[in-house]
Amino acid sequence: MEATDPVHETVNAVYLSDSRRVLATLIRLLGDFDVAEEALHDAFRAALEQWPRDGIPANPRAWLVSAGRFKAIDGMRRRARFDALDDVGDRADIAVDDTAAWADAESVEDDRLRLIFTCCHPALSPDAQVALTLREVCGLTTEEVAQAFLTPPSTLAQRIVRAKAKIRDARIPYQVPAHAELPERLDAVLRVIYLVFNEGYAASSGALLTRHDLSAEAIRLGRLLVELLPEPEALGLLALMLLHESRRAARASVSGELIRLDDQDRSLWDRDQIAEGTSLVERALSSRPGPYAIQAAIAAVHADSPNAAATDWAEIVGLYDLLWRADPSPVIELNRAVAVAMRDGPAAGLVLIDAILERGDLLDYRLTHAARAELCRRLGRTADARASYVRALALARQDPERRFLERQLAELQE
Amino acid sequence: MKYLCLVYLEEQKLHAVPDSECLVCGEGFRKRGLLVAAEALQPVETATTVRVRNGKVSITDGPFAETKEQLAGFYLIEARDLNDAIQVASKIPPAREGSVEVRPIRQLNPQ
Repeated sequence: MEATDPVHETVNAVYLSDSRRVLATLIRLLGDFDVAEEALHDAFRAALEQWPRDGIPANPRAWLVSAGRFKAIDGMRRRARFDALDDVGDRADIAVDDTAAWADAESVEDDRLRLIFTCCHPALSPDAQVALTLREVCGLTTEEVAQAFLTPPSTLAQRIVRAKAKIRDARIPYQVPAHAELPERLDAVLRVIYLVFNEGYAASSGALLTRHDLSAEAIRLGRLLVELLPEPEALGLLALMLLHESRRAARASVSGELIRLDDQDRSLWDRDQIAEGTSLVERALSSRPGPYAIQAAIAAVHADSPNAAATDWAEIVGLYDLLWRADPSPVIELNRAVAVAMRDGPAAGLVLIDAILERGDLLDYRLTHAARAELCRRLGRTADARASYVRALALARQDPERRFLERQLAELQE
Repeated sequence: MKYLCLVYLEEQKLHAVPDSECLVCGEGFRKRGLLVAAEALQPVETATTVRVRNGKVSITDGPFAETKEQLAGFYLIEARDLNDAIQVASKIPPAREGSVEVRPIRQLNPQ
């Protein structure tokens, strides 16, 4: 919309800062995502008409919630008069009667958490959780989400429609989970946020700009979650994302080639993000640390080191031990093996990687073979290094990673 | 809100959970007012699938889908919402051997 006069500018600013909060409260009051979205748009349309005439209200957000609620109830009444459905009439009356209840500050703050937990409900498919969170919590348009995930907009729209239908028909409640369910449900929320972050972080080509925005969006979500629910793992995830994000400028060359952590120009790392991430890690580690907090602690050790050689690899191995106890997966074992190689030399790391492969784990994981190749190269076992690079290359799908492995392979043959 | 909890089990695990335990569970739900109805079913060999195509009824032998797990019973429960229903379903003993599908009941439209 054209934003030339000051009132229009205010309406636009309020839309950017508060439309998601207004939506979150309207969903609670009206009990339906689609009705609430329509009400949200009606409320902003009313603001554009009335604010220039009557002045900007003292509390724009409360005004918008009231206006949206009024429009929706009005719409329900008019429809009810036509099809005289008892239950629509009931719903409208209940909404009219709770004028005082909706405005209470605590429930309004909780509305944003309710929205997050509902969008990340495990009864929805992981794809739907991500799409719904970006659409409803972050306010991205369906087209923006589709573009970021390289999915046709019609597919994405369908996914969102189905998710909303499931919320309505299976009656997924609009609530913050009870204490007993919280850890598991919080995991689902963290998984969605981290997935959005990685989707933006892993991309180094294609629709680069849009994808980068996904990481920024995930960090925004992480901040919101920490503000609303400062659980240790929420702090840990935000720290982890900030510490990874701090390396963005250093992790690819101007031409888009990947640069390994060890070879990055650390003067390009974002010091503000590192400082914020590191202090969050400290808070997250103060109680029993979970997997995100431990991974963030590992990233913080890297962030603290002037170069790869000066890194406290003993500390990193210790943190991987801790991580493995919290989450015993072969990928963590592989990362630990790489850290052991840095601490004790390539031969010690190679023994551990070969043990994983001999057990039959991570055979189709490109990073196992890339790590093995690197250690063999350092040990002068060129033929073994070549075989492992070839295997890694066969498994790698992203272009920058393939070019990186091809370069390693070419250097080997010189 | 009513939810139907369908119980699934692999054939060799049909008797992995003692009937007595399920009876105790059912009785407990009944006392707390959660249970509308619960029955165990005969093994899959007794199943028949009925379909209607273009107004014609077709009857086939076997379950609705080919899967290792089979329908072994159901619980019709009363729950406030899906979270509540999931909580109840997770207490159904075979949930630990097989799976329980929770499906909301649809109100039939009288018109």
